[in-house]
Amino acid sequence: MSDRKTLQIKQISGHSGAAPGFDVQRDYEVCKLVDTTTCIGCKACEVACVEWNDMPFGATTFDNTYQTMPETRWNFWNLIKFNEHQNGDGTIQWLMRKDQCMHCADPGCLRACPADGAIVQYTNGIVDFQQENCIGCEFCVSGCPYNIPKFNPATKKVYKCTLCSDRVGQGLEPACIKACPTGCLKFGSKDDMKFIAEERSKQLRENFGFEKAGVYDPQSIGGTHVIYVLHDATDPERYGGLPKNPVIPWSYTVWKWLFKPVLGAFAMFGLLGVALHYVAVGPRRPQPEPPKKEGANGNRG
Amino acid sequence: MATAVERFDEKARRAFERIGRTQVYVGELLRHPVYTRFLHWMVALFFFLALFSGFGVYLPWLFRWFTPLFGGGPLARELHPWFGLFFVFFFGLQMLNWVRPMSWTKGDTNWIRNIKRVVSGEETLESPDTGFFNAGQKAMFWEIVVGCIVYLITGIILWAGARTFGRWPVAISYILHDISAIIMLGGIFIHIYLSTIGEPGTFQAMTRGSVSEPWAWTFHPKWYKEVTGRDPREAYEEARRESQKN
Repeated sequence: MSDRKTLQIKQISGHSGAAPGFDVQRDYEVCKLVDTTTCIGCKACEVACVEWNDMPFGATTFDNTYQTMPETRWNFWNLIKFNEHQNGDGTIQWLMRKDQCMHCADPGCLRACPADGAIVQYTNGIVDFQQENCIGCEFCVSGCPYNIPKFNPATKKVYKCTLCSDRVGQGLEPACIKACPTGCLKFGSKDDMKFIAEERSKQLRENFGFEKAGVYDPQSIGGTHVIYVLHDATDPERYGGLPKNPVIPWSYTVWKWLFKPVLGAFAMFGLLGVALHYVAVGPRRPQPEPPKKEGANGNRG
Repeated sequence: MATAVERFDEKARRAFERIGRTQVYVGELLRHPVYTRFLHWMVALFFFLALFSGFGVYLPWLFRWFTPLFGGGPLARELHPWFGLFFVFFFGLQMLNWVRPMSWTKGDTNWIRNIKRVVSGEETLESPDTGFFNAGQKAMFWEIVVGCIVYLITGIILWAGARTFGRWPVAISYILHDISAIIMLGGIFIHIYLSTIGEPGTFQAMTRGSVSEPWAWTFHPKWYKEVTGRDPREAYEEARRESQKN
């Protein structure tokens, strides 16, 4: 339960009518909206992310695109992906997509993580890594459909975008949002962002000729807390490998909820089994044993 | 191939006999030479190191108290693959050492069919077909061989991680690695039980290297016949008459 809810004023003494602000908050889930149609690729969000999170700016990689580096790094959580897409009629689209942690409602990283308390999901939807509990097994990397968690070989821990949980916790918007000059980045409640995104998609479809424009909020992982407006929502792959139907490997569910307890118990039966065998049947001794005592109850007594 | 392996084993056994020794007293038989014992305890050491460091990663909510033994979670995870590699390495040598006596025979199939009598304690003397190893030991040996192969393949995939092998191989390896560990853990309880309190007189085979003659004709009669040339059943009857006289 967030503080905002518990400290919300319900009644006020000597006050006529309802307390101002009571029960007006509709939901507590936050959301970042990235409108790829208005992104100009200025990379201000990249710089803001590095600055706010106090990370050194490492060497960049030049591969004949505007992209700063091929993929996010353990100390570089926010990357604009530049893609040139050729449409069917031969025209070219220059696509820019801000790549970062999607803060899935059903986080694959959290599902895969075996360490106690290394990944948490807040009620507001933010998925956060707690490095002090991380053991560096990197299973989260295989759980993530977006290739987001990155391993730091020096600390042996995994890092990723926090959706500025430190800022959001203080009522501030994430650093990337604050830096965006075009307003293509927005931050608010999931309902509001979803509403704005749908309105913008409608506008793109009706007024700009992007007939397939739509919102990227994949339901295969319960939706995400970072959503995109895309020119063509039917083909998110073209935006630098955004999966259309992201999935979490089924093996994690089987492993965590079935195998761990059942097989753990199964192995313990081995211990119980030998203990019971010793009590009920007893050891097998080299023969011949010493003669048995007369009159005493022997076998199956 | 087989001869090269035998030559290697023979050389290793001779080298280890120079380092250590096996004292066989009157009424005893040599069971395991120094080389075999060395390998067994190295396998055991790295098995338990890998098991305990692995369990801290596998089920932290239950086994997090294992991880401080290895210097905390990150270090346990860092060391676990190395323990595993040494475990597989030493077991690989043991496999070369034992592959011949561990080969499956028809008598072993009968032994497995007869397992109820063995577990219930009705069968005091092993069947005369039981050689140097019985079918239970062979089953465990081959289970570990298969387990080691699974460990090695899935372990390398998990070690290098999704960065190298992609998401799905890791997600599948995860499960196979654990199934292998659970089966081996179940087996190790039975192994330790039978080699200590379950069948008294067995443990010294892996410490001093020798066993008593009654132990040999009771549990491994065919082997007893091979090394002494005497009939195990007759030896037993003779000992029984001897003990009843007193």
